[in-house]
Order: sequence, then structure tokens, then C-alpha cells
Amino acid sequence: MALASDPPKAGFRLSMLIYDTRFRSITIQIVVLLLFLAGLVWLLNNAYVNLEAKGKDFNFSFLWTRAGYDLAQTLIPYSNDDTHFRALIEGLLNTLLVSVLGCILATILGTIIGVLRLSQNWLVARIMTVYVETFRNIPLLLWILLMGTILAETRPVPKDFRLTEAMKAAGEEPKASMWFFDSVAVTNRGTNLPAPAFDHSLGVVDLGWNLPVSLNALAILAVMSASFWGWRRFMARAKAVQEATGTRPTTWWPSLLILFAPISALLYGLGFHLDYPQITKFDFTGGFQMLHSFTALLIALTLYTAAFIAEIVRAGIQAISRGQTEAAYALGLRPGRTMSLVILPQALRVIVPPLISQFLNLTKNSSLAIAVSYMDLRGTLGGITLNQTGRELECMLLMMLIYLTISLTISSLMNLYNKSIKLKER
Amino acid sequence: MSEPSYDHQVDRSHMQVSDEIAIQISQMNKWYGQFHVLRDINLTVHRGERIVIAGPSGSGKSTMIRCINRLEEHQSGKIIVDGIELTSDLKNIDKVRSEVGMVFQHFNLFPHLTILENLTLAPIWVRKVPKREAEETAMYYLEKVKIPEQAQKYPGQLSGGQQQRVAIARSLCMKPKIMLFDEPTSALDPEMIKEVLDTMIQLAEEGMTMLCVAHEMGFAQAVANRVIFMADGQIVEQNNPHDFFRNPQSERTKQFLSQILGH
Repeated sequence: MALASDPPKAGFRLSMLIYDTRFRSITIQIVVLLLFLAGLVWLLNNAYVNLEAKGKDFNFSFLWTRAGYDLAQTLIPYSNDDTHFRALIEGLLNTLLVSVLGCILATILGTIIGVLRLSQNWLVARIMTVYVETFRNIPLLLWILLMGTILAETRPVPKDFRLTEAMKAAGEEPKASMWFFDSVAVTNRGTNLPAPAFDHSLGVVDLGWNLPVSLNALAILAVMSASFWGWRRFMARAKAVQEATGTRPTTWWPSLLILFAPISALLYGLGFHLDYPQITKFDFTGGFQMLHSFTALLIALTLYTAAFIAEIVRAGIQAISRGQTEAAYALGLRPGRTMSLVILPQALRVIVPPLISQFLNLTKNSSLAIAVSYMDLRGTLGGITLNQTGRELECMLLMMLIYLTISLTISSLMNLYNKSIKLKER
Repeated sequence: MSEPSYDHQVDRSHMQVSDEIAIQISQMNKWYGQFHVLRDINLTVHRGERIVIAGPSGSGKSTMIRCINRLEEHQSGKIIVDGIELTSDLKNIDKVRSEVGMVFQHFNLFPHLTILENLTLAPIWVRKVPKREAEETAMYYLEKVKIPEQAQKYPGQLSGGQQQRVAIARSLCMKPKIMLFDEPTSALDPEMIKEVLDTMIQLAEEGMTMLCVAHEMGFAQAVANRVIFMADGQIVEQNNPHDFFRNPQSERTKQFLSQILGH
């Protein structure tokens, strides 16, 4: 007797490609692949034909020619005699700088806002709700423009900070004053901050390709890493003592000592001091100036993304059932310990995946920098270099490739982290 | 009216109620907004008592026992647990919570920690017990609830009955003087109910003071020395199990018993 589930005895018929579930999915995949390849061929052919018609070729040698334009913010030495490639690197570094700082600040701010939005305090919770709804419902470009405008238009010109002899005689005060004990001045040109300076500097070493590295910075980094390593050892020992005897030794003051004593000694030895900005006739000298284009972009990206991160954090904490908190309380754990030992470790696995998306968004959104003339990757490679060389296809492809690489790097790092905190179910 | 039976041979030799008072609740009231959840609750629990709290859903049974370790706040009246009055004083709340164990309907094990870590977390962080010692205690109680072999697994890998037994062991690791059970068997299959009940009866045999909110009358029959019936936020009736089931006094109780025992 033939069962319904027996394979059909009849041989292969062409209609089975569509009506037989065993072949159907393969058929569809082949069709899709063919369509995709056809589209790709059409696009490449199109590019080839159009380049041919314009008499253009496809090569990247323009990267090694003289850039010929200046950049306002450069993280490594640069002049307009350098190549387009070096300008590209400057732009890339500026993108990375604003993105990394933005991700860190947005995470901190977003976590605080997300936790406060769950506060029992009615007023605090409402204020945070207003913050979140305001920032995430207005386009980022408007926030960037607004921040740029506020900084450039509402801040006083540098000479307003001056106190002239005539004013002193008349007993007048300058129109504007510096903040934080006369160390920070925000003018309409930029933010003047105190800069670190050393009386007995160790000097600078050039890594080649005109990449100077301050030996002071290297020494500081080395001492700080050593302190941190020592601190980790100390905390591990404290944990061992707790496991052996039940009481945790006092850790706060030895921690402070291990973390800060060596670095203080080094800074003292190097003759570390702060070089404060001083007002002269027309502008500030000394210290270092942070450009408003950078500040405006960083503030806008941070505030905007923090609103989204706050919602992610809130959702993560709320996803952990009330029963977890109650069980921890019933065992006598305090609210702080309950948060750190029970709730957060579980909430993190809900928070991290959408957080990755927000980091990617922030990084890609940083390409709106052009609105305040911050020279990021899009401003250099995708802006001036593209216009000057006319290599639009090469510039665009290269830029897309770089953004893709940055994004994939961020997401793979975060995925690794996520895997490490994953919950074991079976 | 037929009485539910329980086939466990209960050893009553250690089940002695002392004169010492474990919990004293007097004139306690609680509101959720306008809703009056608990009305003038008066209850004295002596050390060694095994009390079952029964009643229709929404009658305030769970809310009452959750007030005993301050998972819920009461608005008026007094609750004195083990000589400590529960007020908004955080120190007193901490003291009471470390003396009173609680088992929940949905187990509430910490899913990111192994069974052993679930059991040692509170002793280590609250009681400041050395880790080695906490683990030894944990293994002792895991053996008592008959699942020592699961120590290194995660809660998600265990059955419901096993999880609830781990939850009981987790509370016991804090060496509590009083145990509260909030519908411990309501989320379990019939087979698993038995294994959890056996554990609870074993605990009763050792003389633990227990308060248990239950829809399931097996525990009441086997070991309870008192059954409290609540309705509409009030204690309507209390009696020993025998008389409670055989000879209920109020109409409300009769109605309730006919519903749960009638079929």
C-alpha cells in the first residue's frame, strides 16, 4: 500500500520547480541571484560607459597629489602641501574623535537619564520624559545648527574679556568673564581651555611619516596602565580575602593611593602645570582652543543620541521582572547591591544589542558635520578633495568603504562583548 | 463535606508551638490609593506555628504576608517581627528581611547565576559569610531539597518543581527564623506540587515557623496547626484545620469551602 508520505514514483517534472516544496526555495534563490547579478552588471556597465563618455579613467593616484587646502582642526601635523591622502587621514581622525567621544558621553548621559526616568520622584521622571521626547523628535541636523548658532552668536567677542587700564581707573568690570576660576573662556570663536604643560619635558619622538608623539604622554600612559594593573591585582586580593574570611577589607583608600600616587609623583617630576589662556589685545593666547564646530557637533550628537540610549536603558531595566528585585530584597540585599548584582547584569544583555545600533547611528550621523564646517571624513575626502580632483566615483566608493569598515568594527567589538554576558538557558 | 487527604506520614515530634511570639500584627491597615486592601488585621504568630492563609483571590492574603517583610508598606497599625517593629527605618527593615525567608509563586531565581551562586549570593553579601563556608551551607540545603547534582546548572535548565525547591533552599541558606510562602505551588504541575509540598512538610517537621498562602489544601491538611480565612481584606475566620474544614462558622467560609472542595 502506498502511503501519502511516500516520495512520488514519477520522475522529475518541470512544474515541480514551482509547486514542490523541495525545489521551490532553490528555484527562488536562483532567480533572485540571477536578477541581482544582472542588476550589478547593469550598474557596472553604466559606470563604465559614462566614464568612457567623459573620458575619465578609474584610479586612485590622485590621493598622492598635493591637497592644497587648509584644515582648521588637525590631530596630526598637516599643511596644505601635504597629500590628499593625509587630508583623508585627518578627516578620518576627526570623524573618529567626535564619534568615540560622542559614544562615551551619550552612553553616560543616556544611562543617567534612563535610570532617572524610572525615578519615584514625579518631577525628575517628568523632566527626563520631556528631555527624551524633545531631543528624539526633532531632526539631528536642526540640533547641530542650533548648537553651532548658539555658540557662535550668543558668546561675547574675545575683547569683551579685557580689562583695560582705563576701565580699571574708572572702576569698571569687563563685559564678559571667564569660568571656573578664570580658566575657561568661551568666546564666539571657540572654547579656550587650559592646556597641560611641563617644565622638564621629556621631548618628542617622531614615528616617521611626520607623526610626532610626546614622550610625556607616553610616560603618563605607562604609569597609569601600571597603576591600573596594580589596582586590579589589589582588588582581586580583596576579593580573595572576602571569600576566605567573609569580611571585605577596606578598599577605597588603598585604591585611591594605588591609582593616584604614582601618577602624581610622575607629574610632579615632569614639572606639570596648566597653561591658562590669557586675554591679549584681540584674542586669547596660551592654553588651547577647541573649535566651536567640534563642540557644537559633539554636544548635538551626544544630546540627541542620549535620548535614544535613555529609552534603551529604561527598557532594559523594565524588562527585568519586578520579582527579581523582590526576591533580592526578601533575601536582605540593599537596593544598590540589588541593582549591581541582580538587575544590571541581566539588563545589560537586553541593552547591549540596541546600543550597538545607536553607536553606529552616532558614527554615521557625525557626517552631518558639514552643517557646522567640522572637517570630518565627509568634509575632506567627500568634500574638498572630491571637488578639487573631480574623482567623485573613487571618493564616494572610498568613503563608503571607510564608513563600512568603522561600523563593522564597532559592531563586531560590541557583539563580542554581548557574547561574553549572554545568559545560559540550557 | 469531605476533607482533602494527604498520604504523607508526618512526624509531629518536633512540631511544638512555643509561647514565644514570632510575629505580632495589630490593627494593621493598608490602602492602594483609594482601595482599602487590608482592614484592621490582628494576628499573633507563635514560634513553631504552621499557618495556612486561604481565601478567594483579591482578598489580600498575599498583600498581608508581603507586609511582614516590608515588600509592601502598611499605612497604619503595627507589625512586630521577631521583636523588631517594621517602620520606615531602613536598619529595621534590613534586620527583619535577613530573619524572614520568602518563597514566591514564580520562584524568582536569578537566571544569570548558577544554582550554587543563587544560594550563596545573600549569605556572602548580607551575612558576610566566607565563600567556602557559604558554599558548604548551600550544598547542605541542596541535599536537603534533594537536588545537589544541579548545583552548577542555571535556573533555566531546571524544571519548575526543582526551581521552587532551589528557591526554598536559597531562603534557608540565610538561616531564617520565619518562612513566608506566597502560593508556592500555584505555578506547578500536579506531580511537581508533591515534591515541593514534601520539602515544605519536612521543614515543618523540623519546627520552622511558617506562613503559607495557598489555594492548595494538601499542606493545610498535613501539617498546619491553624488555618486563616481571609475575604475582602479582613480575617474572617481562623481555626485548627480539622474544625476549619469540618465545621466552618461564617457563611463566607462555607461558600468558599464548598467551591474548592465540592468537586
